[in-house]
Amino acid sequence: MIESFNAIKESLPYLLQGGVITLVIVVGAMSLGLVLGLCMAVGQVYGHPFLKRVIGVYIWFFQGVPILVLLFLFYFGLFNYIGLNLSAVAAVMVVLGMATAAYQANIFRGAILLLPQGQFKAASAIGMSDLTAITSIILPQVLRLSIPAWSNEFSIVLKDSALAFVLGAPEIMARAKFIASRTYEHLPLYIMAGLIYFVLTWAGVMALSKLEKTVRIPGYSNKGM
Amino acid sequence: MGDPILRVENIRKSFNGEVILKGVDLSLGKGEIKILIGPSGGGKSTLLQCMNCLITPDSGKFWLEEKPVDITHKKELYAFRQQVGMIFQDFNLFDHLTALDNLTIALCKVKKMGKKAATVRAMAELSQVGLADKTHLYPAELSGGQKQRVAIARALAMDPKVLLLDEPTSALDPEVMGEVIDVIRNLAEKGMTMIMATHQVSLIRTLADEILFMEAGAVVEQGQPKELLVSGARSQDFCDKLNRITGERR
Repeated sequence: MIESFNAIKESLPYLLQGGVITLVIVVGAMSLGLVLGLCMAVGQVYGHPFLKRVIGVYIWFFQGVPILVLLFLFYFGLFNYIGLNLSAVAAVMVVLGMATAAYQANIFRGAILLLPQGQFKAASAIGMSDLTAITSIILPQVLRLSIPAWSNEFSIVLKDSALAFVLGAPEIMARAKFIASRTYEHLPLYIMAGLIYFVLTWAGVMALSKLEKTVRIPGYSNKGM
Repeated sequence: MGDPILRVENIRKSFNGEVILKGVDLSLGKGEIKILIGPSGGGKSTLLQCMNCLITPDSGKFWLEEKPVDITHKKELYAFRQQVGMIFQDFNLFDHLTALDNLTIALCKVKKMGKKAATVRAMAELSQVGLADKTHLYPAELSGGQKQRVAIARALAMDPKVLLLDEPTSALDPEVMGEVIDVIRNLAEKGMTMIMATHQVSLIRTLADEILFMEAGAVVEQGQPKELLVSGARSQDFCDKLNRITGERR
């Protein structure tokens, strides 16, 4: 019992450093996913039919293949093949980012389609260019509507990031496994690892829920829209 | 009437093989007010939305102050729309912006005005429609009549040469219709060139320089109210029916 307690005490700082790396991976992946996902959603709604097709294939691919397979496919396969020498952390960030982009594209596309068509029409009617209408009228509303679903996606990606240990990225899971296999204190270490994921998820979801309330528009509701 | 401000020729539009507009010609002189009436599905709304290319017509030529407009050229199209204001039945205010910002975003993003100058101009336009004390409210906090007045102020802030109004009072409760009608009358007195689809018989009688009766995608009757609303024409019959429904006196 005391040995377990000591193992936790000694390994906690080491695990928490892993938490920082997990956060770096998740923040990077979610940001990449946000930018790519928004562009793809706009392309899918307003783009040329050929562009819609290309984006459709992208989403279909990344939704259809498991994250673990994607990690191996890109890290050991494609990145090597094209001579791209990424660190494990960077590679996980990019692969998770590309995968979450597919899901985020669907989140944002759904929100765009939820907006009344008149919003775009009204912007066009006062002489706004299509691009300005999208960036100043459509996206500010779409981003607000998307926060709950985006928060969901954040919690999924955070937990998917544990798969990074298979590439040797020194994040929470990799560190927990490393110490556990040396000290044989499997139970306390994996409980600790789980708790750190739990706290990170909880903090992120709370922060996004706070953001949702901060940017809420008085009287505005998408119910019955 | 003065020189044509906006002229369109041979506007045609079909959706999925169904012909909505069968080649409509229309010309609006400076200060002229034309009113489109006719049964629903007759093409009034489609015509208005084709007139500033919110709906791209299958064919049609456009002139603004007698200069041809190339609607396939994006920049020219944006500039054209800026000068042809549009009022919608369901207001279409930008829901995420306050009444004031609904106007300033248009002035800043389209007219490239500075934030300060835009605010001054926006306040002036909102005062004109009697909403100086509602500038900080969001669309969801405004009544229908107030929303429509903000929408009119937003259109006017762009200094349009002509206004297209697509049933501006149809989505309003009877008790707030009056405030929007007053704003429209006010515009008419100031000499704004307008073309409006409406079922409001009082507006048709008193405002129209010319009435256009549209049915099945074509203008089937056209003339001054005193000609069309007395002589047993389609227009008169139609307005009589509206009168019976709304109880307005002739």
